Amino acid sequence: MPAVSELSLDAVLNHPAIWRGNACARVAQPGMATGFPELDAVLPGSGWPAGALTEIYAERKGIGELQLVMPAAAALTQAGRWVTFIAAPHIPYAPALAGQGLALARVLMINAASAEERLWAAEQTLRTTCSGAVLLWMDHIHERALRRLQLAAEEGGVGLFLFRSAHVAAATTAALRLHLSRAHNRTVVRVLKRRGGGLPAPVALDLHPWVRFSAPARSVPVVEPVRRAAAPIQPI
Amino acid sequence: MLWLALRLPSLPLDIFRRAAQADTAFAVSGGEGARAEIIACNKKARDKGMQPGMPVSAALALDAGLQVVPRDAAAEQAALERVAAWALQFTPVVSLAPPGELLLEVEGSLQLFDGLGSLRRQVAEGVQALGYRAIVAAAPTPLAAQLFARAGLPVLIRHDDALRVSLARLPADVLGLPAEAARLLDDIGAQTLGDCLALPRAGLARRVGERVLEMLDRAAGRLPDPRLRYAPPTLFSASQPLPAPAQEAEMLLFAARRLLAELCGFLSATAQGVQRLQFTLSHHGCKPTVLTLSLTNASRDADHLLNVLRERLDATVLPCPAIAIALRSELLLPVACRSASLLPDAARHAEAAAQLVERLRARLGDAAVVGLKTMDDYRPEQGWRACEPGTQSHEAAANTSRPLWLLDTPRKLEENNEAPCYEGRLALLAGPERIETGWWDDRQVERDYFVARTPTHALLWIYRDQHAGRNWYLHGFFSCYWLFVTGCWLTALYR
Repeated sequence: MPAVSELSLDAVLNHPAIWRGNACARVAQPGMATGFPELDAVLPGSGWPAGALTEIYAERKGIGELQLVMPAAAALTQAGRWVTFIAAPHIPYAPALAGQGLALARVLMINAASAEERLWAAEQTLRTTCSGAVLLWMDHIHERALRRLQLAAEEGGVGLFLFRSAHVAAATTAALRLHLSRAHNRTVVRVLKRRGGGLPAPVALDLHPWVRFSAPARSVPVVEPVRRAAAPIQPI
Repeated sequence: MLWLALRLPSLPLDIFRRAAQADTAFAVSGGEGARAEIIACNKKARDKGMQPGMPVSAALALDAGLQVVPRDAAAEQAALERVAAWALQFTPVVSLAPPGELLLEVEGSLQLFDGLGSLRRQVAEGVQALGYRAIVAAAPTPLAAQLFARAGLPVLIRHDDALRVSLARLPADVLGLPAEAARLLDDIGAQTLGDCLALPRAGLARRVGERVLEMLDRAAGRLPDPRLRYAPPTLFSASQPLPAPAQEAEMLLFAARRLLAELCGFLSATAQGVQRLQFTLSHHGCKPTVLTLSLTNASRDADHLLNVLRERLDATVLPCPAIAIALRSELLLPVACRSASLLPDAARHAEAAAQLVERLRARLGDAAVVGLKTMDDYRPEQGWRACEPGTQSHEAAANTSRPLWLLDTPRKLEENNEAPCYEGRLALLAGPERIETGWWDDRQVERDYFVARTPTHALLWIYRDQHAGRNWYLHGFFSCYWLFVTGCWLTALYR
C-alpha cells in the first residue's frame, strides 16, 4: 500500500469513486461542443448533451438564443447531419445562417400549424438516423409529450433544443435547462438544471463580437443619406 | 441445373383471403347453378365439416355464415405472374407452371443467397409475406421438383443418385394421370414411381400411354425438359379485393402491405425504384379514391412506402368503405444496388433524409417542409429562397453581418423626435449600410440599414426608407424575438 504522502490531492479527487458536489457529472457520451469554451466548462460532457433535451429560456427578447446554438449546428451540418427548424417564429435568414458556417443543404424547415403536428414532426425527425439537431419553438407542451420527445431524442442520439419564453418555468425532464438574460452588453447564461446537480455560476458570453458596442448609448443621430450602394457595415 | 419448385396449393383461396386479417369460414366454388361444388375451403370451414367436392348447398347447410365466392381463374393466373415477377429477385430464370406452380432455376444463385437451405427459407418466407401458402422443393430436374412439391415434401435434392432414390418412393398419383390409367396402375400393384420404373417399358407404354414414360424420363433427367422463361412486364399493376368493405386505415394498410411487397420484389428483380405510384380504392356506388404518392427519390423499400401511404391515408377521408385496392407503378427509375455495410455512411444518411422529408410531406403538405438557399441579391428579402431540402447554395452569398431572423414584412417603427423607438429609444450601433438596387423589377429598394439596440439590450436590424416619408422599419432580429409570431410565412413564400 502506498504511503499517504505519495498520493497527491489531485490524484485522490480524480478517483472515479469520488464525487464532488460542485463538479459536472461524468457522462458516458461526450457532448457536442457549444463553441463557447466558458459554457463548455460548466456543462457535463463539455458541451450540449447528445441525444437529450435541452431547454433554453430567454428572459428578454432578441438576446442571442439562436446564436447560442449556431456553432454546434454549423459543426453538425458540416459533418453531414441535418439540422431541423420546427415552427420557427420568423424566417431564419439564409445568408446569415451560411455566414455562421451552416451548410444550408443540410437545413430543413418545417412549418406546422398545430401543436400536435409540431410534436409529431419533431418526433419523426428525432428518430431519423441522419438528424443532428432539432430546434423546436413551443411554449406550452404537455409534460407527457415532452417526455416522449426526450425518449425519441435518446433513441436517435439527436440533440433536441426547445426554445421557450422565460415565464414558462415548470420542472421538466430536460437534461439541461438554460436561462438567458442580458447584462452589460453580454448574454448571461444561467444553468437552471444539469445532469449531476450542483449549479455553477452564470456565464457571460459575447454573442455578437462583430458589433462593437458603444457604451453608454448615445442619442440617435439624424443620419443624412449616404450615396453608396451596399457599403460594408461600419461601426459608429 | 438445380430447380426450385414453388407450389401454391391454396392459390384459388389465397387470392381472396390474403388481404384478410380475421379468420372466417370461406370457400371457393366451381361449376354452375345447382351443380356448383366447393373447390377449396380454409381451415375454419374444414373444421365445420366442409371439404372440397362437397356441393355448395350442402356446405351452406352446415354453416349459413359461410362466404362462398366463385373461382376466378384469370385472377389466379395474374397472381401467379406477379409472384413470378417477385421471384425474379432470386434468379433470372423463372418459369410459370399453371395452375399454381412456379419453377426457379437457382444453380447460379446459391453463392449469393448463402446456400440452398438459406435460399429456400428466404423464398418460402417471402411468399408467405405476400400472403400465399407455399411448398418449396428443390431437385436437379424441373419436373422432379414439381412432383416433390405436389407430394407435399419440401425436400432439397442436389444429386442425381439421391434423386433416383427419392423419386422411386413417390406415390404414383403425383403424376396426375387420367382416372383409368391410375386405376390400372393401382390394379397391377404399382403404387410408387419406383414400381412403375421397374415395369417393362414397352408394356407400360402400351397400357397407360407413352406420356407416363415420357414424364418419368423427364423427371429422372433422361429426357430434356425445356421450360419457357417468364419475362416481367414493364410496369407493375395489381389489384386486390378486400375481404369485407373497409374504411379503417389499418385494414387497407394490411392489404396494401401485400401489394407493396410484390411491387418491391419486382423492383429489386428489375434493379429499379419507384418514384411515383398510385393507389386506387374502389367503392360501391361512388367514384374510386385515387391516392398518388410522389417520392423525392426512387425507392424500393416496402416499409418506407407503407409509412408514406399511412400518412396519406390518415389525412384522407374516404367517402364510403372500400371494397378493393389497386396499386400501379407510374414512374420507375433505375436504382443502383447498395451493398450492406456495418457503419452508417453518407449514402444511407441521404436516403434516410429523403425518406424523412417524404413522410413529413405526406402529412403536412409539400409547402410546409422545405430547405433554404441563398440568392445573389443585395435586397435582404430577395437574398434567400425556400427550396427543395438538400439544395446546394452559393457560398459567396454568406454574410456574417446579417441578422439570424428576418421579418416576413418589415414592421414600421414609431418615431420620437425623428429617432426610431422600439420598447423605448433605440441606440444605433452600426451603420448606415446603403442598399439601393432592384430598379429592374417592381421591388426597388432604397434603404439605409442600421444595427440598433433597445434599452433592454436586444439587437435589431432596422432601416430608414429613403423614399417619401423617410420612415423607420424593423427588418430583423439578431436573435429570436417572441412577441409577434408571423404564422405561416413559409406557405406564403414557398415558390
